[in-house]
Parts: sequence; structure tokens; C-alpha cells
Amino acid sequence: MKVGVLALQGAFREHIVALEALGVGAVAVRLPEQLDGCSGLIIPGGESTAIGKLMDTYGFYGPISARHAEGMAIWGTCAGAILLASTVLDALPGQRTLELMDITVRRNAYGRQAASFEAELDVAGIEDGPFTGVFIRAPWIESVGEGVEVIARQGDRIAAARQGDLMATTFHPELTGDVRIHRLFVERFAGVARA
Amino acid sequence: MTDATTTGTLRVKTGLAEMLKGGVIMDVVNVEQAKIAEEAGAVAVMALERVPADIRAAGGVARMADPTIVESIVGSVSIPVMAKCRIGHFVEAQVLQTLGVDYIDESEVLTPADEEHHVNKWDFTVPFVCGCRNLGEALRRISEGASMVRTKGEPGTGNVVEAVRHIRAVTDEIAWLRGIRPEQLFAAAKDLQAPYDLVKWVADNGKLPVVNFSAGGIATPADAALMMQLGCDGVFVGSGIFKSGDPSARAKAIVEATTHFEDADIIARVSRNLGEAMVGINISDIPASERMQERGW
Repeated sequence: MKVGVLALQGAFREHIVALEALGVGAVAVRLPEQLDGCSGLIIPGGESTAIGKLMDTYGFYGPISARHAEGMAIWGTCAGAILLASTVLDALPGQRTLELMDITVRRNAYGRQAASFEAELDVAGIEDGPFTGVFIRAPWIESVGEGVEVIARQGDRIAAARQGDLMATTFHPELTGDVRIHRLFVERFAGVARA
Repeated sequence: MTDATTTGTLRVKTGLAEMLKGGVIMDVVNVEQAKIAEEAGAVAVMALERVPADIRAAGGVARMADPTIVESIVGSVSIPVMAKCRIGHFVEAQVLQTLGVDYIDESEVLTPADEEHHVNKWDFTVPFVCGCRNLGEALRRISEGASMVRTKGEPGTGNVVEAVRHIRAVTDEIAWLRGIRPEQLFAAAKDLQAPYDLVKWVADNGKLPVVNFSAGGIATPADAALMMQLGCDGVFVGSGIFKSGDPSARAKAIVEATTHFEDADIIARVSRNLGEAMVGINISDIPASERMQERGW
């Protein structure tokens, strides 16, 4: 059992470090065939336009959706949340996503870098106190469809949501050294037993 | 649970650089170029009045770009926008922060405004990237508040040799710190002219405390992959794209080579039929006084 981290661009190394800290086998995924055998996939933060274009060029859209249909759980952080969303507001014209989660995400919703911030969050399913959310030119989840559970809010805005074995967070747990959300994803969604 | 938020923290400053890793940051001088860069998969653009090759050709004093250019580029793309201020020119930095840029490059490409002091970057909410030729220079910039560094190379040359020299210097010095005994770190800090605490951190962790990109002379997909294999986290391409024959194709190829930097088959494929690369300059043909890398200390 292993969890893949999409390694086209962005903070993929930090996710791999977090997974390894949990004793989970992690694999950097640069080509679609590397999805084989992954029970979960993390799509990291980075630039959603850059990652999305590389996904297109290297033929990831079909294989990721197909592997998800076969039971591969997926978690998107920040840019990854955008790439999971069915609808993206303030997208680049023609910007493509996986359209797997019934959520509407607004890109760069909080503003430019000067507005990037940290905030303490209550995350459903996470015990032992609040989780520090690091929001970097972050999107927010503007609305969710039926069957999507909101698992964290920042102020009035949705910061994390879950739909079956899909999870989206608009902030960056991988930058905190706090692996509680990684553990949640690995144990509850991806079904990987901790070593 | 309060709704309190904190902006401008070290973590959100260094964090944006973390999000740029594995990507290509492209120099652009107008909206049209910025859109080409975004479309090609750039992770950010550097808004300039002239690319380094033209700054080199024009001579004279090079300054911060006209705010009109910076604002028009900030308003035209959805990816982060960086802009350059002169070394030590903290008022240019204040202006760029007001204009809403996402990162300021305190850059040797422009003519320095202060030959002793760099900008005190801790004073700003916006993060800074600075150039370095070796570990000591990188750590001095980090001690002044830089939340990202880039090896300098020699800008505007299309010649990767200096970029290689500088990343090798940084990685060799990190390896050296890893290999010496704790009591030697005090003398090492003196030799590196860098704060002991940062030297100790590098010795303990075997890497820089912030993201390090490569800059200054990258002109081809293979150049970008070379810098990635030598250990940098991503690349800046300045004159190399918009001084070439087919900027859009070259930009896209460099993006792919940066992602797949260890896959020679992919680098070979994306390197085909890109048209003319920018005309390069041999470093030995540049008088020492005109080498941009010597600026900053």
C-alpha cells in the first residue's frame, strides 16, 4: 500500500516527508503509470495553472479519474483543491480541472500575497486542539453540493470539505509539520494501515 | 475559536516560495509576454522594463520599472507577479509593495543604490528573493529577511557557466559544513561572514533554510534540467525566452524539462525544433566592471 503525491510542480516534497513521518510509503508521481498501486493521491499546493497544464500535456486527467473510480482516494491542498473542483471561479480561460468534487472554488479569493495569512482552525475529525491553517494566495470554497461535508471554516468561508473519499483543503498542512490531517487522509480515506 | 488571522509571517513568506518549487519564473516586459508565460505554465512572472540582455546593451543606470508596467502586468495574469528593486533601495521596495506585487527581487540586474547595505527585508509584509554566489552570501541575505534566494549566475548572457559555478559553490559549502565538527562551526561562520545561528542550522539540516532557485544564463530546456539536477528548487529564465526565436514553444519546453529534469528522453523530445536560442555571450568577453554578479555583498 502506498500513497502517491503528484510531483509535477509545487510543494510535493513536504507531503512526502509528512507521509514518511507517518510510516506510509510515498511515491512521487510524474507520469500517469506511476499511479498504479496507489491507494491514495495527494495533489499538492503550487500554481494550479502550471500543474493543470502539465497534467494535460502528460495525460493525467483520464487516468486519475479512472483510478479514483477504482477506489483511489484523493486529497487536494490549495491548487490541488482547485484541480478537484467541479467549478472554478476566476479561472484562467479554458483552465481544466478533474471536476471530481461537487464544490465551487474561487481562485486567489483572499487576495494577493500581502493578504496571505495564518489562522487557527477547527477541523472535523481532528482531535487534540486547533490546526494552524497556512493560507497562501489561497482559494476559498464558495459553495458545496449535496453530499459534500464542510469540515473546516475560516471565518465565514469554507476552508476544507469532504465528499466520500475526496478531500479538499484550501490551506497547507504540509508546511506546518503537523501531520494530523495527513493521518486522517491516510487512515480514514486511503485505508492505509499505519506502520 | 477566534477568527483572528495573521499576515506577513515568515511561514507565509517562505511558503509562497515553497509553492513555486519545481517551476519556472519568467521575465516579462509587457502584458502580452506575461500572458504567453502564464499560458506556457510559468509559476510566476518577473515584471520588468527591460530584460537583462537589453539592460546590458543599454548601459547607464537601471532602476525599478515604471509602476504603470508593473500594475498592468499585476492586473493581467492570475499567477504571482514579482518585480525588481535596486539593491538597498528600500523606497523602490516600498513602492513595489504598494503596487501589490507578490515577491520583490532585490536584484543585481539593476544598478545598486547602496554599496554597503541591502534592504532590511524584515520591515516588509511582501516577501523578498535575493541573489547569491555562495553560501555566505545566501545566509547574509536570509539574515536580512530574504525568504527565498536564487543563485546569481550572470544575467543576460544566455551562458549557464556562472549559474553552475554558483549552485556548486552553495552545495559544496553545505556539504563542507555537514562534515566538520561542532566547534569548527564558529570559525566557519567567520569565514562565511554569516551569522552563526544560520550556519549551525545549515550544518544540522544539510540544506538552506529557504527555497533556492537558479538564475542568470539559463537558455535551453537542458540548462534548466542541469540546474535542477545540481540541486536547485526551480529556475528563473530571464532573457532566454523572449530573446529567442519562438518564445512560447521555448517557454513550454523549459517548463516540461524543469518538471522532468531527470528524464533525458523527455528533455530530448521537448528540445526539438525550438528555433534559435538567444545569442549567448562568453563571460570572458564581459569586462569585470560590467559583470552583474559582482553587485551585492
